[in-house]
Amino acid sequence: MAIKTEPITINLGPQHPSTHGVFRLRVTFDGEEILDVEPVFGYLHRGTEKLAESRSYVQVVTLTDRLDYVASMSNNLAYVRAVEKLAGIEVPERAMYLRVIAAELQRIASHMMATGFLLNDMGAFATPLMYCFRERERILDMFEMLCGARITLSYMRPGGVFQDAPDDFWAALDTFLADEPGYIGELESLITGNEVVLARTRGVGVLSDEQAVADSVTGPMLRAAGVKWDIRKADPYEVYDRLDFDVPIGASGDTFDRYLVRIQEMRESLRIIRQCVERIPEGPVRPDLPYNLRPPEGDAYAAVEGPKGELGFYLVSDRSIAPYRCKIRAPSFINLTPLKKMVVGWKMSDLIVIFGSIDVVLGEVDR
Amino acid sequence: MGRWIVSLDFHSIYEFFAAGPVFGWDIPGWLAFGLTSFVLALLVINALMISTALYTWFERRTLGRFQVRLGPNRWGPFGILQPIADAIKLITKEDTIPDEADRPAFTIAPVLLMVPMLLVVAVIPLGKDSFLGRLNIGVLFIVGVTSVSTIAIFVGGWASGNRYAMLGSMRGVAMLISYEVPMALAIAGVLLLVGPSLPAGSEGFADVSSLALSKIVESQVLPFLLVTPLAFLVFAAAATAEMSRTPFDQIEAESELGSGYHTEYSGAKFAVFQLAEFMAPIVTAVIITTLFLGGTRGFDPVPGQAWFALKVFAVVFLLLWVRATWPRLRIDQIMGFAWKGLFALSIFNLFLVAVEIEVFRGVGGELSVDTLWIMAAINWPVTLVSIGVLSLLARGRHSRRPEPTPSPLADMYAEAD
Repeated sequence: MAIKTEPITINLGPQHPSTHGVFRLRVTFDGEEILDVEPVFGYLHRGTEKLAESRSYVQVVTLTDRLDYVASMSNNLAYVRAVEKLAGIEVPERAMYLRVIAAELQRIASHMMATGFLLNDMGAFATPLMYCFRERERILDMFEMLCGARITLSYMRPGGVFQDAPDDFWAALDTFLADEPGYIGELESLITGNEVVLARTRGVGVLSDEQAVADSVTGPMLRAAGVKWDIRKADPYEVYDRLDFDVPIGASGDTFDRYLVRIQEMRESLRIIRQCVERIPEGPVRPDLPYNLRPPEGDAYAAVEGPKGELGFYLVSDRSIAPYRCKIRAPSFINLTPLKKMVVGWKMSDLIVIFGSIDVVLGEVDR
Repeated sequence: MGRWIVSLDFHSIYEFFAAGPVFGWDIPGWLAFGLTSFVLALLVINALMISTALYTWFERRTLGRFQVRLGPNRWGPFGILQPIADAIKLITKEDTIPDEADRPAFTIAPVLLMVPMLLVVAVIPLGKDSFLGRLNIGVLFIVGVTSVSTIAIFVGGWASGNRYAMLGSMRGVAMLISYEVPMALAIAGVLLLVGPSLPAGSEGFADVSSLALSKIVESQVLPFLLVTPLAFLVFAAAATAEMSRTPFDQIEAESELGSGYHTEYSGAKFAVFQLAEFMAPIVTAVIITTLFLGGTRGFDPVPGQAWFALKVFAVVFLLLWVRATWPRLRIDQIMGFAWKGLFALSIFNLFLVAVEIEVFRGVGGELSVDTLWIMAAINWPVTLVSIGVLSLLARGRHSRRPEPTPSPLADMYAEAD
């Protein structure tokens, strides 16, 4: 009798240790090799876009916290920028600097989390994850000083920020800026040259630059593929055009490059924050605006370079106190487009690592 | 009375029961045999259980330190009663068996995994001899008995009727069988040394097989770790794979398969699996200590058992350190490492040791301590060089990293139209 083999289909998620939330993948394997993946979305769908239509412009800020819940600041920033563009609001200079500092701190926190979970997915038993969380924790402490919250921040308002930074924030930021390069170096010395990490990530899950551009991939994933594209440079917002920083890119678009680009971006973020701390002027942080904004009829799209990629808000106003329509361009969701092309032909273990290197947050994918 | 159990091995305890009345009772031979077996089983099982319980606490505390956190610290001083709390929790949980499961196989798998661990410890010499006396085939016994755990993992995964569990057990079988080959070959390298390096004056070992663990311990005037470091490294790597810990924990692969072969287990059965898993590092450390670190050998006045415990503790800590820091290899890389790396190294080691013994041994076929030192002096550089060469070969593919060049597909400095 001939022994028959057949592919098996396994349900990865929605309850699974490595789906970064409630992502579900139906994976068909031939032994360990992946033949097909079929993502199933929507387990965390909360109707954010629809909810925004029944909230006033200021109230929507709290909804944006819950999109990419590891990077609330960037979501806040993208949203308030869209509102400001729609209503034509001038933002005070000090507020712009504060926003940039907050957004860059958030980028470091988000990249720390991405790196930690990537290593966790690779099977390093929580040790790198805890090192990353230690640094993220310091950033969350600073956010607590800024606005009293740690995760769902709602720090930014249309026109500025909720309040000026207190004195202890600047002291904490100074120690952070002094320590952090050392900690990032420590992290890199543990991971970057590790033989097992190299074996698991070099050449794995390669995303070519053509493919990345064709699939509208943005953020570290796009830059890892060698495409030098960063909205902070391409379409500068806030004060980024006055700051000096580099845009790191990867050589081959594999998993290792995605990791390395994130590490380098953290260093660039520190550079940006340092410049902001030197240049930040005195002044108001929030103009005197009515609580209920009534922007003129029209629409506006504003995008920022979030930690995951281009995060954009498209708002339509009908002169009422709530947006008529709010469309969110979620980078996590769009970055998942090439997932199938990246994982087919690789092994089960690679699927987990490649998925981890995309760095998605399901709150943003399902919205 | 006037009679005491002089040492904890089968013969002394049997003598104690059989030689005359115990508390005024005459014990027949068969009963004495049964009582002896019972006492020994009680001793071995409880010693291992208690040390495993303490080890779980130690591992979790140490991992906590590695991971910039505290670890369990609620129950008892420094959380030392945590294992008891864990055990009570697990045993009182509902023991579910999935409908798809093959019930008898599902039930027997945890026991199958547990028993080999206990059997291994029974033959380890803790004094002059082991609990079971001088077993003439000690090494063969260990190699044979530890491979039973492969079957247990396969039975457990297959009987669960769960695809995660099945994938885990499939990986387990492929991996464990592969790693037994370099492991056995590394041991063979050690066995070559056992006979010739037996020191003069160790009467009673001349006619004993080299496979006897007590003879291996007796032979280690110089710990075999010093004499054949290559065998030690190969054995340590293979043993890490055998107990499926990082970087070889593909069987469980928490981030991929949930829990691998014991995904479907709960309650007391899961507790037994966990216990067996936490026992594995101790048992591995015990084997490494016996084969490579000279077992109970040490210097006075510290007793041999204390030396043994100290060495086991050091090895356990080393294994824990590896676990705390390394990511996991992919299954094909693990297999490649076994067959292309460890297999080649262990064959090379066997050849090297054989040649050295042939060259250096004296007229009577014995190796003096001086020649053992010379062998160590040769073997250490050879080990470092051979591992270096192998890792260079393995790395070749990844050595060159191209300079990142910006893709022409996007120009972010272009003026918008």
